[in-house]
Amino acid sequence: MIPASFDYVRPADLDAVLNVLAEREGEAKILSGGYSLLPLLKLRLAQPALLVDLRDVAGLDGITETDDELRIGARATHRQIHENETISRRYPSVADVAGGIGDPQVRNWGTIGGSVAHADPASDWPAMLLGANAHLVCRGGSGERVIAAREFFLDTFTTALAPTEVLTEIRIPRRGKGTGGGYTKLERRAGDFATAGVYAVLRLSDDGRIVGSGVGVTGVAETPFAATDAEAALKDAAPTEESFRAAGAAAAAQSRPSADVRGPVDYKRAMVAELTVRSLRTAVERALSWRG
Amino acid sequence: MTAQHVTITVNGEAREADVEPRLLLVHLLRDGFGLTGTHIGCDTSNCGACTVHVNGQSAKSCTMLAVQADGAEVRTIEGMVDGATLHPLQQAFWDQHGLQCGFCTPGMIMQAAWLLDQNPKPSEAEIRHGISGNLCRCTGYVNIVKAIQQASGQLETGEAAPIVAAETTEGQAVSAEPAAAG
Repeated sequence: MIPASFDYVRPADLDAVLNVLAEREGEAKILSGGYSLLPLLKLRLAQPALLVDLRDVAGLDGITETDDELRIGARATHRQIHENETISRRYPSVADVAGGIGDPQVRNWGTIGGSVAHADPASDWPAMLLGANAHLVCRGGSGERVIAAREFFLDTFTTALAPTEVLTEIRIPRRGKGTGGGYTKLERRAGDFATAGVYAVLRLSDDGRIVGSGVGVTGVAETPFAATDAEAALKDAAPTEESFRAAGAAAAAQSRPSADVRGPVDYKRAMVAELTVRSLRTAVERALSWRG
Repeated sequence: MTAQHVTITVNGEAREADVEPRLLLVHLLRDGFGLTGTHIGCDTSNCGACTVHVNGQSAKSCTMLAVQADGAEVRTIEGMVDGATLHPLQQAFWDQHGLQCGFCTPGMIMQAAWLLDQNPKPSEAEIRHGISGNLCRCTGYVNIVKAIQQASGQLETGEAAPIVAAETTEGQAVSAEPAAAG
């Protein structure tokens, strides 16, 4: 398969990228790792007139922890994230998401920013960003704006990112005491997109109640979404199987799956319920053992 | 569309070409440079038959544009052999019968080479995880895993033979030839 023709530029810095995007508004697509975009180009589902390659733009792949946030540069590859020391030690649920994406070659080249901007309805990162209440930093010609993940994923392959903007950084709230996360997905075979995937995070009070939670769900709606009904079911509850089951049922009810080769609607809802419970179990284990 | 001039070091040799931006790296390697050892299997980023190394990282060359590899070091299956001596992975695939039809083999070996660069003594589970982006249509994974174990010095001679002895119809035991494992 051969993509339709396009022009290609590889600007040396972000300002040059933004200039090109402004000059060719609506005609250009940004190329990061290419593992989401190239398959679309080859199928001719996307036929941009211009590709703007971020390869030579330095400084977009850093991973740092501040007093408030874990900041991941948009050009960080899944593998860099998976192997990052801070993330492995302090954010194991983020490492789990990164290490389960695609296959080793995909993780070598695919980037978090590319995947998030692409916004495939069954991709893994959006579930985590929604569940964790992350924010996305977008740079445009007139400066920077920060968009909540919960306002970013609008529809299938559609985000709040403007055609003249570049996603530059992902910001995840710093992990506090009594907080833990988990990600569980169901895939038919190694490397496949998720039939369904659920990311859950819990914050426990000193007396062991759930004082905060986030549940992000992928694969079972036109775009990944935050299961707010599940979060409401967990509020002030004890972290028990019973409350996890209630949250799972709420997440399943909030899903809007369509029947396809990965299964019928009822099956997918049942999987969302089960995956929610499993992610919550992992989350509570990690929350109980985290004094950080 | 404007052609782009690219310079790529392939198996240690600087190669140049004028390419359309839409040209895939695998097409440049095969059709431009005549290096047909890199195979095109599924052409949809799934099977890994087109796996090569780009700046030391394994990549599916059907999912990378030639222009993205401009200035890079690329290693293909043709770059594995040392004169007349097979690379230890190539020898191990031979010894362990790590191929049946052979179509996936170049990508399998390149991915295994990357894996052993990262993790010189992988466990069986790590090997299977490490080649999860490479599909063998013959399903010959058991011997592929053995080959990678041999190449990483983790297979004793004799372990390779799957059946040590079998009964013949005459009731006599016969020994299978043990494979020459390293």
